[in-house]
Amino acid sequence: MSRHVVAPTSEIPPGNKKLFTVKGRPIAIFNLGGEFYGMMNRCPHQGGSLCDGIITGLLLSATPGEYHYVRQGEIVRCPWHGWEFDIRTGQSYCDPEGTRAKAYPVTSEPGATVVKGPYVAETIPVRVEEDYIVIEV
Amino acid sequence: MNVQLRPDTARTTTSRLAIADCDIHPAQRTPRDLDPWMPQRWLDHRETFGAARRLGMQSGPAYPKSQPNASRRDALPPEGGRQGSSLSFMQAQHLDPNNVTLGILNPLGSGQGVANPELSAALCHATNEWQVAEWTSRDRRLKASVVVPYEWAEAAAAEIRLWAGHPDFAQVLLLSRTAEPLGNRRYWPIYQAAAEANLPVAVHAFGYGGAPITSTGWPSLYIEEMTGHAQSSQAGLTSMVTEGIFERFPTLRVIMVEAGFAWAPPLAWRLDKIWKTLRAETPHLKLLPSEYLRRQVWWTTQPMEEPEPRTHLLDTLGWMGWDRLLFATDYPHWDYDDPAHALPLPIPETDRQKFFLGNAQAVYGT
Repeated sequence: MSRHVVAPTSEIPPGNKKLFTVKGRPIAIFNLGGEFYGMMNRCPHQGGSLCDGIITGLLLSATPGEYHYVRQGEIVRCPWHGWEFDIRTGQSYCDPEGTRAKAYPVTSEPGATVVKGPYVAETIPVRVEEDYIVIEV
Repeated sequence: MNVQLRPDTARTTTSRLAIADCDIHPAQRTPRDLDPWMPQRWLDHRETFGAARRLGMQSGPAYPKSQPNASRRDALPPEGGRQGSSLSFMQAQHLDPNNVTLGILNPLGSGQGVANPELSAALCHATNEWQVAEWTSRDRRLKASVVVPYEWAEAAAAEIRLWAGHPDFAQVLLLSRTAEPLGNRRYWPIYQAAAEANLPVAVHAFGYGGAPITSTGWPSLYIEEMTGHAQSSQAGLTSMVTEGIFERFPTLRVIMVEAGFAWAPPLAWRLDKIWKTLRAETPHLKLLPSEYLRRQVWWTTQPMEEPEPRTHLLDTLGWMGWDRLLFATDYPHWDYDDPAHALPLPIPETDRQKFFLGNAQAVYGT
């Protein structure tokens, strides 16, 4: 495992997502209310690109006729077959036991820390006064 | 860690296999793409009166499709336009990386099911010209479907004869929701022309017959439409068998497209059982219904049923016969099947090759 600086935090505003390649792996990074989460950009069902999915919420129902729309902005829906995954954990909502999108730990670090390392920042010029998205792969 | 309980053994062995994709949907970039092949009379007509389909008061498809244009969100061409409207992007995203060596085009939303029969015929003919000009002449891997105005069988047969022998056309395309069940005599000229032209007849799910899309009325939900393709396709196929299509046209090949296939064995079992008791009603059938199905019908794979455990599919495929299945992705539609993931089962390499390519080459004679 190594820690990689992939972008300044300003590159992914809250509610947005972006695709990065880290150690040859396609990883979608999401900004969920200022916190960053990483997910292998390959849907565990058939391989769809999760970064191309819409960010949505969970529609839950305890009984027919009653609906609760919860966790808006916390769920990504695969652009192919519509499987839904928790952005924080990669957990699938239609098959929580059997299927999970691979999650990667992502943090936001101040530039001053990033400059000291040990981080891998192959292509990102780091400035002390900015914050950076750091992923552990 | 990635908790991946579904077996993924296919990935390494199939991703490099040459494959046939027997259900690709080319889309028009603009609503005017067909205009170069439309007589001015019908352009004026469409401008003035529109092109209403046999679908009550509605426009567009009967049910909303859950993804834009019923297509993958990651399949929008970089140069703009609908998913499936760019040959270069289709090549880059699908045909090249998936090593598609034979791709069958099934244009939907052309003129099939348009209520005005002459407008339907004009739109279908323009669609066929468009397939050659924009697709098959620019990529030799792609083969076109003769799109026909099936509710006007004589015009449909004429369209088939027009393209018969043209190397770019691989099949005749019907939709599953017709005004009458598919075996009805009104459609026989289509089967006759297709048999004479040695072109298989593909019956693709969906369409605009005018009747409710289930046999008990209009359902509330899109999931019912998706699931119901199996039922409507069974009704169509049952009609073809019992009305004697396969007895009358013994060389006709029929391909059921995008309606699943796991229903085929129990349908054959039911037909055989009931036919033995009601044989006198259909004395024109000389073989068991299952024998006609086994002789003259194929199924495309997408959308594959996904039983748990997945190995149950091996039983189904064994009952049907491995030679009955034609691999299809449905690109660029949202329920696309990825060839690297579509058959995650331990099967002999010869069966895998037939499933992904050999069966299609045999049916289409390529």
